[in-house]
Amino acid sequence: MHSASLANKVFIQRDYSEGTTCKFQTKFPSELESRIERTLFEDTVKTLNNYYAEAEKIGGQSYLEGCLACATAYLIFLCMETRYEKVLKKIAKYIQEQNEKIYAPRGLLITDPIERGMRVIEISIYEDRGSSGSSSGSSSVSGSTAR
Amino acid sequence: MKNCEYQQIDPQALPTPTPTPPPHHGNDSDKKEEPKRPRRKWEVFPGKNRFYCEGRIIVARQSGVLPLTLGLILVTSGLFFIFDCPFLVKHLTSCIPVIGGVLFVFVVITLLQTSFTDPGILPRATPDEAADIEKQIDNTGNTSYRPPPRTKEVLINQQVVKLKYCFTCKMFRPPRTSHCSLCDNCVERFDHHCPWVGNCVGKRNYRFFYTFIVSLSFLTAFIFGCVTTHLALRAQGGKGLVFALQESPGSAVELVICFFSVWSILGLSGFHTYLVASNLTTNEDIKGSWSGKSGEDVTNPYSHKNIFINCCSVLCGPMPPSLIDRRGFLPTDDSAQTGGTDIEVPTLATKSEINVCTQGTKGLLESATLPPLLSTSCPQGKPQTAHTCPDSSPAVNSDPSPELSMGCGARHAASSQGDASPSRHTKACSKKSKRAALHIPNTAFDIPVSPTSPDAASFAPLH
Repeated sequence: MHSASLANKVFIQRDYSEGTTCKFQTKFPSELESRIERTLFEDTVKTLNNYYAEAEKIGGQSYLEGCLACATAYLIFLCMETRYEKVLKKIAKYIQEQNEKIYAPRGLLITDPIERGMRVIEISIYEDRGSSGSSSGSSSVSGSTAR
Repeated sequence: MKNCEYQQIDPQALPTPTPTPPPHHGNDSDKKEEPKRPRRKWEVFPGKNRFYCEGRIIVARQSGVLPLTLGLILVTSGLFFIFDCPFLVKHLTSCIPVIGGVLFVFVVITLLQTSFTDPGILPRATPDEAADIEKQIDNTGNTSYRPPPRTKEVLINQQVVKLKYCFTCKMFRPPRTSHCSLCDNCVERFDHHCPWVGNCVGKRNYRFFYTFIVSLSFLTAFIFGCVTTHLALRAQGGKGLVFALQESPGSAVELVICFFSVWSILGLSGFHTYLVASNLTTNEDIKGSWSGKSGEDVTNPYSHKNIFINCCSVLCGPMPPSLIDRRGFLPTDDSAQTGGTDIEVPTLATKSEINVCTQGTKGLLESATLPPLLSTSCPQGKPQTAHTCPDSSPAVNSDPSPELSMGCGARHAASSQGDASPSRHTKACSKKSKRAALHIPNTAFDIPVSPTSPDAASFAPLH
């Protein structure tokens, strides 16, 4: 029976070039080079960025929602699910789907950014201990243990 | 930073490592079934906040003068309805108590929402994240005192912005984020810490705050006008003002309170309307971040260059979610699984929409359908796996460096005493002096290391 152990974690940081809107860098980290194709990774990040852009979009509908909320002294936030929350659910489903189809078969796991304060996309790299002998990135793990 | 405020979770030291599965029966029966009640995240929240209603309500540690604010509003409005309304309804119109009532309800609701809403607190970095950031920064190796401050420069809309490293939260603060020492949290789009509402004003509750001060200025002006009319009507016919005041003593109290408040509140509303129209925060305005006073050509990179769009994006934009999962459950030590970054919140999906994702990911790991990623837990206590547990609990991050964060707080307090120079608070035009004085510390807080580290190279970009 194979068992997997956490070998390393890669953190995709935020891209602030367009302001404070939620957007992640699409730069391909070197640790993933041997694990996953660049295009797949970039597709995932770009889709996530699009989802966040949709959640934070300011336009006719969001203004209407905002004015309505103000008129009800914002009590409407207590009863209704906001648009942002709806999109977050979609994002969660998307990430789960990506994990199942693409990342898990390659020994990777994406953590939803909302779990990390929307600061990073954390990608955990697993090492199949049963099959391979060497473990990569053990230095970073020992670095965190040394704290 | 007293330890009694919260308890650290040390998965290796928990006394009863029972092999029971993570609590799924969760919600209400958790107190009865397990010997150790699974705790929610708000109970171990590292910041200086207090929680009520099982984590639904969040306030700052010191409620400031929130009771005074509420008291003043309730007393003044109460006196208005008791003393002035009957007379004015008889002599003028019955719309007056209706308008007053609507304004009063608006004011109280928005005040409570400002005080009890999470202002946009950023959870602290997980140990892995902090380690990753440390790796990217060149550490000079001086561990005897606090290392020199770290900054990172980013380009936002062609404007160079310096991101500062927060030693307490162990991360580079996103733009417009500031660390509030009173609450000991990094708050997104930090405006100021308002003692009158007893909470920070940040990204998530700025619109509540703005609505509160605008409706309060309307209410104060309305009551002031009504009381003046009331007294004028009573004093008609040669009876005199003293006679009118004797007949309606409550009006005298209201007159005094409203007279002194209306100017400052109107001024504050005006100031914040200016801030909203230019998409600035009080913090940025006080520090003069985008005013170009240093001679450089700086513009506000966040402004949409259009007053209407600025107003709409600040006040009517989408409501961001709370990033601190207050009501989530803490991981139990036994789910000390290998990949368990998300095992931490076992059944949260039923409780909070934010955790829908974790349920799915946990299901993925536990389904064991994928041979290479089997997460059979290794309870032999491998050092790596044991340390993945603290990842999930943000509370643990403050544990490794209690001295450091205590140092933060102590230094902030020290600098706040020293930096009480009034040079900057004149910008906050008609704010009361108490509020202005309390704003000064925030500017000092926002430059956490300038009083402490003397080297001029402290602001040199590292990237």
